[in-house]
Amino acid sequence: MMKKLTRTVLTPLCLAISAAALAATDDAAIMRGEYLARAGDCMACHTAKGGQPYAGGLGLETPIGAVYATNITPDAEHGIGAYSLKDFDKAVRHGIRKDGSTLYPAMPYPSYAKVTDQDIAALYAYFMKGVQPVAEANRDSDIPWPMNMRWPLAFWRWTFAPKVATETGSTPDPQLERGRYLVNGLGHCGSCHTPRGIGMQEKSLTDSDGDHFLAGGAPLEGWVAKSLRGDAHDGLGSWSTEELAQFLKTGRTERTAVFGSMTDVIQHSMQHLTDADRLAIARYLKSLPPVNASPAVKAESNTALQLSRMDVSTPGARTYIDNCMACHRSDGRGYAEVFPALAGNPVLNGKDATSLIHIVLDGGYLPGNQHAPTGYGMPGFAWRLGDQEVADVVSFIRSGWGNSGSPVSPEEVAKQRMQH
Amino acid sequence: MASGGNDMALKKRETDVVIVGLGWVGSIMAAEMTDAGLNVVALERGPDQDTPTDASYPKVIDELAYSIRGKLFQDLSKETVTIRHNPAGVALPYRQQGTFLLGNGVGGAGFHWNGLSWRPLPSDLKLRSHYTERYGSKFIPQGMTIQDHGVSFEELEPFFTRFEEVAGVAGKAGNIKGRLIEGGNKFEGARSKEYPLPPLKKVYGEQLFDKAARSLGYSTFSIPAGNASAPYTNPYGVRLGPCNFCGFCENYGCYMYSKASPQTTILPVLRQRRNFEMRTLAHVTKVNLDSSGKQATGVTYIDAQGNEVEQPARLVILSAFQLHNVRLLLSNIGKPYDPHTGEGVVGRNYAYQMLGSVTVQLPKGTYLNPFIGTGAGGTAIDNYNGDNFDHSGLGFLGGANIGHHRTGGRPIGQTGVAKGEPNWGKGWKGAVSDNYQRSMNLYTQGSVMAYRDTYLDLDPTYKDAFGQPLLRVTFNWHDNDIRMSQYVTNKAAEIAVAMNPSSYTVNAKKIGTPYDTRFYQSTHTTGGAIMGADPKTSVVNRYLQCWDVPNVFVIGASAFPQNIGYNPTGLVGALAYWSANAIRERYLKNPGRPLVEV
Repeated sequence: MMKKLTRTVLTPLCLAISAAALAATDDAAIMRGEYLARAGDCMACHTAKGGQPYAGGLGLETPIGAVYATNITPDAEHGIGAYSLKDFDKAVRHGIRKDGSTLYPAMPYPSYAKVTDQDIAALYAYFMKGVQPVAEANRDSDIPWPMNMRWPLAFWRWTFAPKVATETGSTPDPQLERGRYLVNGLGHCGSCHTPRGIGMQEKSLTDSDGDHFLAGGAPLEGWVAKSLRGDAHDGLGSWSTEELAQFLKTGRTERTAVFGSMTDVIQHSMQHLTDADRLAIARYLKSLPPVNASPAVKAESNTALQLSRMDVSTPGARTYIDNCMACHRSDGRGYAEVFPALAGNPVLNGKDATSLIHIVLDGGYLPGNQHAPTGYGMPGFAWRLGDQEVADVVSFIRSGWGNSGSPVSPEEVAKQRMQH
Repeated sequence: MASGGNDMALKKRETDVVIVGLGWVGSIMAAEMTDAGLNVVALERGPDQDTPTDASYPKVIDELAYSIRGKLFQDLSKETVTIRHNPAGVALPYRQQGTFLLGNGVGGAGFHWNGLSWRPLPSDLKLRSHYTERYGSKFIPQGMTIQDHGVSFEELEPFFTRFEEVAGVAGKAGNIKGRLIEGGNKFEGARSKEYPLPPLKKVYGEQLFDKAARSLGYSTFSIPAGNASAPYTNPYGVRLGPCNFCGFCENYGCYMYSKASPQTTILPVLRQRRNFEMRTLAHVTKVNLDSSGKQATGVTYIDAQGNEVEQPARLVILSAFQLHNVRLLLSNIGKPYDPHTGEGVVGRNYAYQMLGSVTVQLPKGTYLNPFIGTGAGGTAIDNYNGDNFDHSGLGFLGGANIGHHRTGGRPIGQTGVAKGEPNWGKGWKGAVSDNYQRSMNLYTQGSVMAYRDTYLDLDPTYKDAFGQPLLRVTFNWHDNDIRMSQYVTNKAAEIAVAMNPSSYTVNAKKIGTPYDTRFYQSTHTTGGAIMGADPKTSVVNRYLQCWDVPNVFVIGASAFPQNIGYNPTGLVGALAYWSANAIRERYLKNPGRPLVEV
């Protein structure tokens, strides 16, 4: 149905239909495009903090310098107002600008390559007619010469970008297929959650392409994107599908809360999707098998007992009691949908403790949204705790209540403190 | 040009509703008015405040900054009141935090309160008719100007319930639809349902009080507390955390998100609404009237840069603190009260709260662990509150609740020593460590009646930082209320005796004791823009609508005709929802018209 409507708009046949009907179809395509732009979280990069929607300007740190997202409003001079549908498609799915040069792969065109023709057309309709044009010039990257030359990017594209084609599902389950389409395509979850190879390319772009897919990324801007695979101790093995869908909707569940870069993904993208799409995403993610068949974190009660007795003999226990316990409690379970649990929280068991050090130093904020209006703050402790204290308390949390994360050194803390 | 001339005034675009003061009442009214689809501009004289920014743990549990230096309180060097004891006296400015602690900024005093969320007794709302009916027309003495609220408990019941559900009040009902329930307050008016959350756990001191009071045949109950006893999602979808008994409620923002405040219950939703705009550091100086003087055209305020700004509005809601509501009215709305003739209404029937206590020193070896405390969790009896007991021959009207509630064991203010013990040096240290674990207070929180000579007007001498006259408070204790306090505090002393203490001290005022503003007593100041059925004796009608200017509503404890033997916030919240309901259901269909015809 949708396919038919979109086609109608885009072919000369539309000349034959009445202007009113055209406007109605147009509106439908624009609305659909807006929804898809949410699903693709275009805003996350193409809108600067406090800036006009889609006018570009947000800097993305790369190992060789910052790249700035461009103005994608329909402004003819600075934006994409002069783009035809074909130009738009070239950029979004093929990674090639109107001038023929290759985009930095900070633009996740290798993922968008899986988006359907009709969704691209709807996105185009939205960006041309549903977005206010803004005359804001694009900003050059901070990448120095000679790395800033764009022609080698074409080699990267030839080597790593997949063929533009919608994945044909391997299962007859439409919900699972919808989830796969959203996660691997517009959702571009792998951009952060899939480890990258020597050429900074995602090691795999789909579930059929090895178990690197969504197995957790390297730290980016001080946050580690965790594994979304079925691993029990550090992946999503201990999550239920419903819990995951609720997390995507509200940023919080009975035992956890979103933090770091994922906060914006919930705010700008996931909270705006339909329940059906969020459930599809959750089901698809839950279908990814674990990399390691390690057992789930086994809760133990010794830590709670120790803390309730104010036994501070373990390094970090004292710091935990004085700074963390008021909210996260002696049993490490926090309070449902208020303060996240530390006990059995898979995010604490990953190899890389960067996120945890980061949040202890700088704090965090779980913003309210349309589905869960309350915002909760976690205060930062950088002003109060030294490197050794942070290392001790993070190590304590990563090993308490049955958690199995490795210890953290004060040097790691010092390094992170310098970066923020 | 700090206050500018009218020719300098900036004029904003007209809005449907302007709200003056964004505390509890302002937030409730903003939520209700935006719900009704109206555009709302809320003006708050203080800064924006929120939990993550202004109640961040552990910075917020700083007794010196918050309790002693009053970080969240009104800056008295810029704006204050003057106080005197009688109409013949000379009033002087209240320059240091003492008798009451006025809030400032978004959330108002609702950000730093303790959370006690009582309902008044049904008879409290029809005080004059109740006493007259039960004891005869001569029972109310000359010069006591008490009167009825003009709205009944039954009419307000759904709105008490609404406020309690929004605030996540923890408690135990004693009367649901006339059925008395063991463990609750059997004196309370009939409720439609149970409290939204179960009572907070009883700290040790409460357990001792509870046992002693029961041994004397009293039925005790848990004080209704706006401190969530469990995580709780309110009807707006806002979620509160649970109280962890940290002992830093009063004077502090709550880092656990568990103390009910506009921040933890309403503002998260309000801030997301497109038809709501909040402007902070906007100090309203005047309600503007049209040439007839019968309709308001909006308000004028001074912004953070010192510019005078006019905000036109179709409906003006005054929801500042009680004292500030009255001061705004005194500038140009309604007839000011004159104590000599008894005529005029604005400023009339100012009242306060009467507190007594019994300090109980328990035997050595008692461990109260007073640092385990909550703002509002406590145990009380209501046998001597309101007219729950026969007043024949007692020589006074009114009453007080008796109870114990432990707000904490903080190192500066809550390390007192017993009377006569040294307050310096080694002797003091020894006394503190002896006292800390075994000393507790039973309090009596009592009503204060309204009198012909207790009122508010504008000070003829002193002005605030904007050049406007300060509000003048004329107030002193009256024998009626002191006799009441002595009577009830002696009853509390009987409970103290039943606790088998090693010693106890009864602290009730003596007849003739003047009002001493240097010491904190209570921030429960009331009246001055009271509600009622007659425009000759009230400023607002039963819907809190101004008699003289029907598109102005004045909401808060300023509407109480006299004060009750409870904390006022439960009644303030209910009156706000009651008024909002009248605006939504009736006023908006016929805007600018009085809801009660004279």
